[in-house]
Amino acid sequence: MGKLLLRGVLALAMVLVMVPAAMADEFTKEDLAKWERDFMAVVEEGDRLFHSALGSNAVSCDMCHPNATNTHPETYPKVQKQLGKVASLRDMVNWCIKNPLEGEGMELAADDPKMIALEAYMHYERRGVPLAPGKH
Amino acid sequence: MSTKVNRRIFLKQLGVAAAMTAVPLNLVEVAWGKEKGENFTFAYISDPHITHISGNKFVKNFDKGLEKAIAEVNFMWPQPDFVVFGGDLAQLGKKEELDHGMEMMSKLTVPVKYVIGEHDYYLDLGQYWEEKISKLYYSFDHKGVHFVVLNSILTDDDWTHKRWPTAMERMLQMARLDNPNGSPFMVKEKQRQWLKQDLAKVDKNTPVVVMSHSPLYKVYKGWNFWTEDAEEVQALLKPFKKVTVLHGHVHQIMYNQIGNISFHAMMSTGWPWPYPVSYSQAANMVPKMTVFMNRADPFHERDATGWSAINLENGRVVNNLELWQNTPRSVRFDEKAKHPVDSQYQDPANQIPPQVHY
Repeated sequence: MGKLLLRGVLALAMVLVMVPAAMADEFTKEDLAKWERDFMAVVEEGDRLFHSALGSNAVSCDMCHPNATNTHPETYPKVQKQLGKVASLRDMVNWCIKNPLEGEGMELAADDPKMIALEAYMHYERRGVPLAPGKH
Repeated sequence: MSTKVNRRIFLKQLGVAAAMTAVPLNLVEVAWGKEKGENFTFAYISDPHITHISGNKFVKNFDKGLEKAIAEVNFMWPQPDFVVFGGDLAQLGKKEELDHGMEMMSKLTVPVKYVIGEHDYYLDLGQYWEEKISKLYYSFDHKGVHFVVLNSILTDDDWTHKRWPTAMERMLQMARLDNPNGSPFMVKEKQRQWLKQDLAKVDKNTPVVVMSHSPLYKVYKGWNFWTEDAEEVQALLKPFKKVTVLHGHVHQIMYNQIGNISFHAMMSTGWPWPYPVSYSQAANMVPKMTVFMNRADPFHERDATGWSAINLENGRVVNNLELWQNTPRSVRFDEKAKHPVDSQYQDPANQIPPQVHY
């Protein structure tokens, strides 16, 4: 009887241990595929923006940075010479919009979907490059 | 032109000259082909990409680059025999851009030999260029050297004529460097036949200088630093003892040697392009002998841009790269190494490390 009770308790304990694991938020293949699609849609929007005139003078980001080369998102935050402080990639994007793209007053807010899309595109084009924050 | 205007232009140019760190005054009297050649120099200005915004507004930065190069060339002494313009005068081939660019070019005090770039061509397929500026391909002789200008930015008829709904759409597609819908450049059969006939008249000992917009070899297909039928063009140049190809398009210092042919890329006056090696997602064929240009200050609008003063030494090109905001460089043919070398930086110990992150 005692043995049976012990077995029952053990079985219950096992179920209790197993249940939270079984209930955990598992990523299904469908989830992963959807998130990949969602991410790539934002990358594609970033690609489109990167190749269009964001300022006032018809100049686009890709003219100096084909395939987002020399944007080095993996090095931010870092000291940005022309800003005179440790700055984020977003600060640099806005510097470019303001200066070479002659878009004074046309800079993007940090949470602007356009800014997120530009970041997604630049990071995607630099995938595989080691992260090196603070480096030049 | 009134005296007042002359004086104003002179004072403006004097200001530019005073601001310059390196006026190429040392290009004189380098002997080549002592028996039958004459010493001479020419200048090379390329890729200003004059961009029309609207009405009479143009992108200031690109205008200023071309103006600066022209003022500096006008200050060369002795004056160069001519200037070669390496292509991409316009950004989108618009009449406004070509007219505005030509107005600036008209300030040059010596004749100009024009090479067409893809940005000048793909809106109207070279029609306005041919009417107002220059033939698309031609040759000329100058003081014992045979010069050939090629239109190297042609592509498949299918891409040119069938793929795009409008001429401007075609232009925009070709204008984008990293466009996966782009198409590799070609010299094409008709022009190669012309070149063959043109070269048939030239003695094999005559130095030959070929000027094209795209490199006449294959560097990186992803950005069209590439000429699809390059090997066929090179084969036509093979019988000549001294051959140099000068090209624009890549907006960076780059040089190469393939067989008997030396290749030199020219600076842009508009903006510098990164080297294809900086794109980690694809392989490239940037020549191993090229010492990359250092970028002194990528946030200065004139960084790593400039023009070239060229002289011929023993029938070989000496390419004096006048880099703004950066140390001038000189790339010349080394008779022992049998290829061009950067006179200052070829030794790794002397190299300024290229600034790869910014």
